Amino acid sequence: MPTLAEKKSTRGPARTGRPAPELIFGDLWVFDPAPESADPKLKPRYDLFIGGQFVAPKSGKYFASINPANEQKLAEIALAGREDVDAAYAAAERAFSTTWGRLPGRERAKYLFRIARLLQDRAREFAVAETLDGGKPIKESRDFDVPMAAAHFFYHAGWADKLDYVAPGRRVAPLGVVGQVIPWNFPLLMLAWKIAPALAMGNTVVLKPAETTSITCLKLAEILQDAGLPPGTVNFVTGAGETGAAVMGHPTAAKVAFTGSTEVGKIIMRSLAGTEKKMTMELGGKAANIVFDDAPIDQAVEGIVNGIFFNQGHVCCAGSRLLVHEPVADRVLAKLKNRLRVLRVGDPMDKNTDIGAINSKEQLGKIAALVESGVQEGAEIFQPPCRLPTKGYYFRPTIFSGVSMSHRIAREEIFGPVLSILTFRTVEEAIEKANNTAYGLSAGVWTDKGSRILKMSVELKAGVVWANTYNKFDPASPFGGYKESGFGREGGRQGLLDYCKLV
Amino acid sequence: MIAKSPTAGFRRLFDEVGTVDAVGIEERVAKFTTRSIKKASKVQGLKLAVSMVDLTTLEGKDTPGKVASLCQKALAPHDADLGAPQVAAVCVYPAMVRHARKALGSDTGVRIASVATAFPSGQAPLRTRLAEVKAAVADGADEIDMVINRGAFLAGEFGAMQDEIAAVVEACGDTALKVILEVSELETYDNIRAASFLAMRVIREGDFIKTSTGKTSLNATLGNNQVMLEAIRDFYLDTGVAIGMKPAGGIRTAKQSLQFLIAVKETLGDAWLTNERYRFGASSLLNDLLRQLEKEKTGAYQAPYYFSEAAESY
Repeated sequence: MPTLAEKKSTRGPARTGRPAPELIFGDLWVFDPAPESADPKLKPRYDLFIGGQFVAPKSGKYFASINPANEQKLAEIALAGREDVDAAYAAAERAFSTTWGRLPGRERAKYLFRIARLLQDRAREFAVAETLDGGKPIKESRDFDVPMAAAHFFYHAGWADKLDYVAPGRRVAPLGVVGQVIPWNFPLLMLAWKIAPALAMGNTVVLKPAETTSITCLKLAEILQDAGLPPGTVNFVTGAGETGAAVMGHPTAAKVAFTGSTEVGKIIMRSLAGTEKKMTMELGGKAANIVFDDAPIDQAVEGIVNGIFFNQGHVCCAGSRLLVHEPVADRVLAKLKNRLRVLRVGDPMDKNTDIGAINSKEQLGKIAALVESGVQEGAEIFQPPCRLPTKGYYFRPTIFSGVSMSHRIAREEIFGPVLSILTFRTVEEAIEKANNTAYGLSAGVWTDKGSRILKMSVELKAGVVWANTYNKFDPASPFGGYKESGFGREGGRQGLLDYCKLV
Repeated sequence: MIAKSPTAGFRRLFDEVGTVDAVGIEERVAKFTTRSIKKASKVQGLKLAVSMVDLTTLEGKDTPGKVASLCQKALAPHDADLGAPQVAAVCVYPAMVRHARKALGSDTGVRIASVATAFPSGQAPLRTRLAEVKAAVADGADEIDMVINRGAFLAGEFGAMQDEIAAVVEACGDTALKVILEVSELETYDNIRAASFLAMRVIREGDFIKTSTGKTSLNATLGNNQVMLEAIRDFYLDTGVAIGMKPAGGIRTAKQSLQFLIAVKETLGDAWLTNERYRFGASSLLNDLLRQLEKEKTGAYQAPYYFSEAAESY
């Protein structure tokens, strides 16, 4: 470190001839590894959770769950076949007609409160398990996934004895057994979003987690046992697409709820067409994050980064299309590039990691292919020069500038840390471009002008419109999509209405 | 005329330099507090922080003796085998500058900073303030910490505010200048950003902007530090002129100081991780830094009385 005594006079020479000023984000002060060390208490093998017990699959088959950060096997997960799904539905039906379905709301609330508190007690253990299994940075599972999951149980526990007020003037009744399939991007949180409202309403559940991220679901089964939840109220069957199809198509299911890709959502809807099953679909997105020239630029840049790089961009409501007002386009891009240079990509278990591992090899391939298409179609790519671990599935945060609406990277959901930047000139053009997509899950607006926020929130065809912030969630706030992003809402009073019938 | 009304002035200024979203900036700085600094990087950060301290005593009861002991502490903060560097400067009232010079001698790495310009309020005639600056410089001050005319700023008289800073720059000669915005009296992040730009436009490369006097209820926070760091960054990228930053008051723990340094590292980069461009205006911070360094070295926390007291204010 130079001392003051060695200080040279830096005043004087005129600026002409100096190189353009640049910031140096180098290795003057390198952070040592800061790994989270809590024990995730994993079992070597996880069975199915049916009727309150862990049971082996009828087929006797298991598959490996891989840690995407180092490609090592974490545990073996049971592969549920049709017979196992039948058993799970039978257990759920029994619980609905004999125990859970007959409990008054105030009693159901006690169980939900208990689950929430038990989850809080074991928050650190769950956060570590979530990060090992899914590859997301430990700071996100610690500060977002696990506390939010507990918050959803608390919120719906509060509703369970107040259901007379969900639909004023009407009475509500549970539907029966609901089948649910959840994705791999927020395994525990999506689980909470799905089962907490279903249970608060008095339904029983058969749920299948994603095949790459089953572990925290099965760990939660331990909490359900500890909470003394009546056997069969919640059943977990694990496996891949075939198991999911069996859960969604089961004749006992009064309702199915699915969160995942639009492609799979369409297959499910086709297969269920003509049945009496109620459905909720929370599918893909290609959200527009719109920055006007009067926005507080640094905070907008922060929101853009949070919008697309949160959870490696594995977020259905990710702000993957940045629409930026032409007068500030260059400034926003320059600031974004500097911001990307200080993002820390690497070991998800390190407390300082901002961007962790891509969830699976398959997803990494998809992202790489779409990025390649962006380069081929002539968009300008920027990736910060960060070093990636040699083992594991990692992808550099990527931004594309000079993207036009016809590019694949502007139309298709990438589900990775890849941002496409487009520009606009007027408010109308921004709205038109934002709505020019098959999706409509979320959008962001950045401006100092309040009236413009109100106008945009009306005109944007998206389930959520965030103003001067992005990726904010609350159990009381309904979440769901327009168009091919799905239908039905999760969270809030609206979310509860999707799990009941009005009588 | 509408264009001359103070409101139009603020409006134009905000349009020109940009605004700050309070919720957004506080979310940003909250992320600095979740960084985990361990082992060698912690020791390096702690030593860096020690080297950036402007060890301060600004009290009515200051005496030459107190200042002399402060200077000794600045030269050798603790046992030599701890490896802690000297601090950047001592910071005293103008009347104490010559005593500090006597204690430090002329051949020293520790600089003498003096709060001049009718610190902390600045409510004295300009000629009095300038005379104070010149006197402090003549007595041997290496750096002058001035306060801006907050009244002029809040009244929208930006030209008057800048003219006064320019006059102090001139009175300083070769002496470095730190411009105190007194953020708690400016109240909003928008104002802090705007005042930072007004000041940076009239000071020189190597001069500093500084959060506060330490004499009001709210001093340096990660939030207003960040607003000023971003202003410095934007000004540097636009003009090539590198301005330094000094948060002052309210930074008492080593942990806090590391969080401020993380903000510097991730906002301005390596070129500002030096006491030529970043300082901590603090006094009790120093002993906590030493205590943490001792802990890293021996694995055990020492009792507070193990470290010499030289200042108890700020």
